[in-house]
This record gives sequence, C-alpha cells and structure tokens, in this order.
Amino acid sequence: MSTTATQTLDARGMNCPLPILRTKKALNELGKGETLAIVATDPGSLKDMQAFCKQTGNELVSSSENQGEFAFLIRKS
Amino acid sequence: MGAPEKLLAEHLTPALLDQWFDQRFEAKMAEREAAHVPSLAIIATKGTMDWAYPPFILASTAGALGWDVSVFFTFYGLELLKKDLHLEISPLGNPSMPMKMPFGPQWLKDINWKVPNVVMAGIPGFEKVATGLMEQTVKNKGVASIDELRSACLEADAKLYACQMTVDLFGYSQDEFIPEIAGWIGAASFLPQAQKSDVCLFI
Repeated sequence: MSTTATQTLDARGMNCPLPILRTKKALNELGKGETLAIVATDPGSLKDMQAFCKQTGNELVSSSENQGEFAFLIRKS
Repeated sequence: MGAPEKLLAEHLTPALLDQWFDQRFEAKMAEREAAHVPSLAIIATKGTMDWAYPPFILASTAGALGWDVSVFFTFYGLELLKKDLHLEISPLGNPSMPMKMPFGPQWLKDINWKVPNVVMAGIPGFEKVATGLMEQTVKNKGVASIDELRSACLEADAKLYACQMTVDLFGYSQDEFIPEIAGWIGAASFLPQAQKSDVCLFI
C-alpha cells in the first residue's frame, strides 16, 4: 500500500459491491486532488474499480495485483 | 445584391453549411452527454433473501456511480422495506440452488446436497435451516447483508417507493416499514419515472 496516499481503505475479504461502496464513501471524505489507496481481495474489483473511476470521473492513478491482493490508488477530481 | 451579400452567397454553399451543422451538432451532443446524469429504475417484486440481492446490489452500486436511482417495491418486494428484515430462502422447487455446508472440512463443504423436493417439503423448519446456512455462507464470503446494502442505497439518496396497493392488499400498516420511504405510490406514479430512466429493470 502506498504510504503517500491521503487516506487508506482496507477492503480485503469484502465481496462485490462492497469495495466500490466503501471506496465511494471514503472518497466523499476527501478533498479535490487528494488520494485514496485501496487494497482488496475481490478479483472483480480490478474491472470494477476501472469502471467506477471512468464513470465518476476520478483518476485511477495505479492498479496492481500481488499474490491475490489488488492495490489501487485513486485521485479525487 | 450588394457586394457583402454576394460574397456571403458565394461562400455559404450548402456543402459548407452541412459541414458547419455537423460539427456544431456533434459538439452539442457531446456537451449534453457529458452533462447527463444516468438513471436507474427498478421494480422489485420478490421478497426472499436471494431475490433481495439483485435490486439492492444494483441500486447501491448505481448510487455509488452517481446515478439517480429509484426503486418501486411491489407485492412480495415490499418485504424488503420492513423495519425488521426477516428474509428467508427456500430451496424448495429451486434446482439451481447449491446446497452446501458453510462450515466443516473442505471435503464436506464441497458436497452439494441434492435433497428431493418431497423431503424438503416434509421436514418442518427446513427453510429456517437453509436460511441459517445461507446467512452463514454470505458472512463467510464477505458478501454484504441486505440491511447493509439497503442502508447504502439510502445513503446514496436512492428513492425507495412502496406500492400503496400492496400495503392495502396484504393488510400492512405503514409503520411496519422504514421511515425513509420516498413515497407510497402506485403504478401511474412510477411508470413516468421509469419511462425517463436510462436503465429500467423488473426484478
């Protein structure tokens, strides 16, 4: 998980659509330009996070997979 | 014809006008699309635990995506708006439902217990047991509870409507339901909303 993110969200063990719902909630607390680092285990979150960012206009700075864990960094726009 | 008009008439050919219109039209359409807030309208008609998931998952996710969401709960779907959710699941007459144990060693969890309908129907409390096992499975797999998804819908400002006719038909009273209900309405009120929605689902 990135240590430079403004806020972090642990969505490990959560299943669809909880990672997205929690991400949305966490982003609500952030200001424009601030970042949220998310770690999840739901394999569907890889595609879902992309779709979520595209639809909501937030920037998906990075997404990566490491041993069944998915890490995302989102910048609020 | 004066000189400026003549110049204009010479240059504003139909082909040029067409080109101008096409460009303008494209730009305006793109502008409209960018400003458009998508909307989802769901008609929820089922009141069992398994059927409670699709409307609430779709509504809460659409809410998270920033869509306008409205759900019309009718017939058994009204059960999903009760203050106290006691949703059950019935494997009876549902051959697609896997019947697996949510606990024990892996070999036991992997067994799909195909129980004949006549046996299920004959055992008192079979649905209670199946519901209990399903609730445990949901918890084990990190799937949200119905209560949690319903709260997420309300947080996202989804409008949850109750069918007034069903309330009368089933002899319910309004105070059995959550106070956040957006309205007690009928088909004539919901259909115009559904008509304007981008996505409309009957579940």
